[in-house]
Amino acid sequence: MVTSLATTAPALVSPGLDLEQSFSQALEGLGLSAQAARMLWLPFPMLLVLVAAVVGVLVTVWLERKISAAVQQRIGPEYAGALGVLQPLADGLKLLVKEDIIPDRADSLLFTLGPVLVVVPVILSWLIVPFGQNLLISDVGVGIFLWISLSSVQPIGLLMSGYASNNKYSLLGGLRAAAQSISYEIPLALAVLAVVMMSNSLSTVDIVNQQTGAGVLSWNIWRQPVGFLIFWICALAECERLPFDLPEAEEELVAGYQTEYSGMKFALFYLGSYINLVLSALLVSILYLGGWGFPVPVEWLASWLGQPIDAPLVQLITGTVGIVMTVLKAYLLVFIAILLRWTTPRVRIDQLLDLGWKFLLPLALVNLLVTAALKLAFPVAFGG
Amino acid sequence: MTIAASTQLICFFALSAVIVLGALGVVLLSNIVYSAFLLGGVFLAVAGLYLLLNASFVAAAQVLVYVGAVNVLILFAIMLVNKKEDLAPIPGLPVRRLLSGGVCAGLFLLLTRVVVTTPWVSGPTPIGEDATVRIGEHLFTDYLLPFELASVLLLMAMIGAIVLARREVQSVDLVTGEEVDQGLIEKSRTPLLVDQSRG
Repeated sequence: MVTSLATTAPALVSPGLDLEQSFSQALEGLGLSAQAARMLWLPFPMLLVLVAAVVGVLVTVWLERKISAAVQQRIGPEYAGALGVLQPLADGLKLLVKEDIIPDRADSLLFTLGPVLVVVPVILSWLIVPFGQNLLISDVGVGIFLWISLSSVQPIGLLMSGYASNNKYSLLGGLRAAAQSISYEIPLALAVLAVVMMSNSLSTVDIVNQQTGAGVLSWNIWRQPVGFLIFWICALAECERLPFDLPEAEEELVAGYQTEYSGMKFALFYLGSYINLVLSALLVSILYLGGWGFPVPVEWLASWLGQPIDAPLVQLITGTVGIVMTVLKAYLLVFIAILLRWTTPRVRIDQLLDLGWKFLLPLALVNLLVTAALKLAFPVAFGG
Repeated sequence: MTIAASTQLICFFALSAVIVLGALGVVLLSNIVYSAFLLGGVFLAVAGLYLLLNASFVAAAQVLVYVGAVNVLILFAIMLVNKKEDLAPIPGLPVRRLLSGGVCAGLFLLLTRVVVTTPWVSGPTPIGEDATVRIGEHLFTDYLLPFELASVLLLMAMIGAIVLARREVQSVDLVTGEEVDQGLIEKSRTPLLVDQSRG
């Protein structure tokens, strides 16, 4: 991940920990220009985040299998590695070597392009996920808005694969996915807007920084409890997790838009949905649970221990704590999502749309208005 | 030329090629579903051009509004009314095509002349990340009236769509006063998918 000096908090990174600078200096020592060194540096944080996303998916798949087994009083995967930790890897390997079948009457071009269009926006959205003050690929100014707009590209891929399969279940699944995604995007965006209004910035780093004043007490969940619930419900709907997994409801639609898919193309859908789940959990923890913040501010702890916050060792520890906290919060939410999946029944399509348009949308609007009013009335607590 | 500048140039040409070829495909392809998907590609490429112009907020808004909303709705509409129906042959189609092609070529020549003869001055320098704040300021001060009028216009369109889409189903025949057979109201089933069987 990038530790860039130039952007937000120049004083916070000690020179020894700026990996990009050391890397560039090493390459420039070999006679490369500064620009070429930067070009060579750029892929590293991206690859690291890609690997992190995939490993996150493997962990989530294992958790899903183990927790679902525990819920149903089974043992779950056991033989692949200790406690079955290698099971998701084995699953992935199996999908990798399976035959790639394109149905005879399917539209082969769109059939291949569909899964790609589903996965790419989700992976691109990891661009804005911060694991620490400077631990993200790029602190873009439009930040969270970029995620909202990228996640709106996904339904096109779903519609494409649903149409190209030339199968009625696939088409219905694709149409349902698009309708659901459009319906729940609006309350989701309004809930995000309330948070953005409090932090005066779309950047994810600024949103987390605004929650770091007094540890656990300054997290947005206390100021935006309704927004938190709206965001979580909408995020589950966007990820097509139960209780909102209508697009792939197996009793009605076989498997929805993925019915005709097999092998690696099916794996792309599978990967995309789990990356999306982890991403949503990460974003909930960034927007509402203080991101990389420790429940007690690390600055307080450092001063209590009599250590300067700028010392390299202290920075290394705070950075590690930040990553651990972000991932911990996200996986707590993933755990809740998995438990929800194995305890709640699926809603009907009319209930889904009623919930989205007649309940969440007005509620999100009221939440936005109340936040604006509170911001004007108490600028100290709600961001001035 | 620096690496950054050449990268930008390559990106510009690639995006322009996607826009031009994609737009031609949207117009010329006979399969309407392909046209709709290509339109999405064109919108995405336009967002890429905005990014190259250092207008990241406009680019994100372009993706959200045009790709995420407009294009998805177009696809939705196409897939919901995808009747297998042979269009009636239009008389004199080649002549019509030639005529419309000629009009388009004339427009193209006119625009090319305008592009060549206009003395272009480079506009204000882009402010990059601060643009989001500046757009907000402008929208709520000197462009407040157009902003509000646009929202009223959208509201009108929405109400109009609801009025058009709501069809009162009558349970009693207006003329005879008898109960209507509900089975007749339901349309005959039309196949949703195109039969693409070969040969």
